[in-house]
Amino acid sequence: MARTLSMKDAINEAIDQEMARDKTVIMMGEDIVGGAGAAGEDDAWGGVLGVSKGLYHKHPKQMIDTPLSESAYVGAAIGAATCGLRPIAELMFIDFMGVCLDQIYNQAAKFRYMFGGKAETPVVIRAMCGAGFRAAAQHSQMLTPIFTHIPGLKVVCPSNAYDTKGLLIQAIRDNDPVIFLEHKNLYASECDVPEEPYAIPFGEANIAREGSDVTIVAYGLMVPNSLAAAETLKKEGIDCEVIDLRTLSPIDMDTVIESVEETGRLVCVDEANPRCSIATDVSATVARDAFKALKAPIEMVTAPHTPVPFSPSLEDLYIPSPDRIAEAVRKTMGA
Amino acid sequence: MSNPFPLEKDGLLDAYRRMKTIREFEERLHVDFGRGDIPGFVHLYAGEEAAGVGIMMHLQDHDRIASTHRGHGHCIAKGVDVKAMMAEIYGKATGSCAGKGGSMHIADLSKGMMGANGILGAGAPLVCGAALAAQKLGHDGVGITFFGDGASNQGTVLESMNLAAIWNLPAIFVVENNGYAESTSVDYAVASDSYVDRATGFGMPGITVDGTDFFAVYEAAGEVIKRAREGAGPTLLECKMIRFFGHFEGDAQTYRAPGENEDNRKNRDCLKIFRAKVTEAGVLTDAELDAIDAEVLALIDEAVKEAKAAPLPGPAELTTDVYVAY
Ligand SMILES: Cc1ncc(C[n+]2csc(CCOP(=O)(O)OP(=O)(O)O)c2C)c(N)n1
Ligand SMILES: [Mg+2]
Repeated sequence: MARTLSMKDAINEAIDQEMARDKTVIMMGEDIVGGAGAAGEDDAWGGVLGVSKGLYHKHPKQMIDTPLSESAYVGAAIGAATCGLRPIAELMFIDFMGVCLDQIYNQAAKFRYMFGGKAETPVVIRAMCGAGFRAAAQHSQMLTPIFTHIPGLKVVCPSNAYDTKGLLIQAIRDNDPVIFLEHKNLYASECDVPEEPYAIPFGEANIAREGSDVTIVAYGLMVPNSLAAAETLKKEGIDCEVIDLRTLSPIDMDTVIESVEETGRLVCVDEANPRCSIATDVSATVARDAFKALKAPIEMVTAPHTPVPFSPSLEDLYIPSPDRIAEAVRKTMGA
Repeated sequence: MSNPFPLEKDGLLDAYRRMKTIREFEERLHVDFGRGDIPGFVHLYAGEEAAGVGIMMHLQDHDRIASTHRGHGHCIAKGVDVKAMMAEIYGKATGSCAGKGGSMHIADLSKGMMGANGILGAGAPLVCGAALAAQKLGHDGVGITFFGDGASNQGTVLESMNLAAIWNLPAIFVVENNGYAESTSVDYAVASDSYVDRATGFGMPGITVDGTDFFAVYEAAGEVIKRAREGAGPTLLECKMIRFFGHFEGDAQTYRAPGENEDNRKNRDCLKIFRAKVTEAGVLTDAELDAIDAEVLALIDEAVKEAKAAPLPGPAELTTDVYVAY
């Protein structure tokens, strides 16, 4: 049965259901329970924004608070994954990956290949990503391209509560390391979500809106922004198709190519910085594989090549807005 | 009457003014944040003033500090302009960082303030660099990194302690132990009962002081800073202290014991403790301290008023301060 759920609650439900189904699923992170060793309430935080609130009382043995030592606990999650557990490590903000990246990209990502196919590392590293929270340069980044670049990692960045639940369940059941990125500005966004557990396979894009004139490719917060642009453009008689990539590794280029073969126009929208990004990657692949279908140069709408600014007046300009997306679409239409 | 304190009257007034400025700055942010005037999130230093000021009273501009996410107090104690700080927190063009940094990234390199930091433990290696620079350039500057009980478990901090010890750097590792990292108790998260033991393990001396007692901090800091200036190497200084507010503004603090905050305010307020000591000794009068209170209040009022009236950064600022923009 479906009911309306926020993305935040969808994450909680996915973890809850998987922990109930499989006792080898554990989660660790900073204040994911909260109040450890303190005199007051148990489960005092449930994560910095309350995402895991309540899970401790349902699954006390599977929820572990950690010291502020990301390198140690993310690494421990990875090690435990090779030894029979299915850990979820919460790295509060993805910006903190700097202190534990070795364990992710030299260890987890490489085991399967480097050990001749003998290792499985079913670990999920969850973290908040993205700008718009006035959280400034070290708590707002969209670092999807960095992880997408590394062979061996799977990279997920959902745009709505329904996909979040299904993709997180898939991530927990998956036997490879998954970087699961949750846009903090989408936590409150709601949609219909079935109560029963379901998994959405990786590498399958979702056509969030069908259209015939222009293909817009996006992920995360850029999906609702692209849909808003599409609504504006509809009034101008421009019919946009919006493709939500959902997973960036593996990436579903087939759906993108098929769409561009119909529309002949492509706008890639990416909240990441512009160089070596998801936008450049998708553009290059389309230019190679569907060049003949293109009726106009490909457009890219991205953040600028700067850190994320703090001031609201600048941060609002930093994030690709529906207006900027619409402008890029008009350009492909020759307007 | 004789003065039993290690500072002359002027010095005592200066210390009080710095502590009071921090307190009013933070109390004001608490109110204005609650009203929704301030973007993002802020971590307040109220209750912890004696530690930052007790240490910073010994420092000059060529002494470098690296601060934390809870950085306002360190900035004020180190002499960063209060009005520019307030404007920064409001995201205005007149702010210390032109509105680009915000509360967690206030810096003023001209004052030896290498930045608040959004990444726990990130200051420790940077301060080893500051200390190395002082050593190589042959001046008597020291580098001081502040970190909380929580951040004391970061690998960067532990690696830096070893590095500072083997290079005999003029570096000081200040653990601001307020008992909590967010909602998690130090008793859960730190395995050793004693930071002094930890320091010993890294081959440096460690000292623990009551961080609510300005004079205890001032004296201990004086010794370790002198040691560093004289080339005798790094020290760890633990200040046990109290965080008056939640981890960040909006924290419901249900992890605390009932009555904990009220008890702290009543019995462990470093400003009250300071006032009692200096007035009971007859070195300063309540009237002198009250006059500072009034001046500080006026300064904070003005800072808020100016910050609110200041312009936001213009659109062109988005792509300045980078060597190339795309
Ligand atoms: C590397 C890193 N991990 C986690 C965080 C999130 N975080 C910010 S402050 C904080 C708690 C810090 O506790 P402590 O070091 O004791 O300092 P206090 O807040 O008590 O002053 C946490 C977990 C961060 N900013 N950086
Ligand atoms: Mg602390």
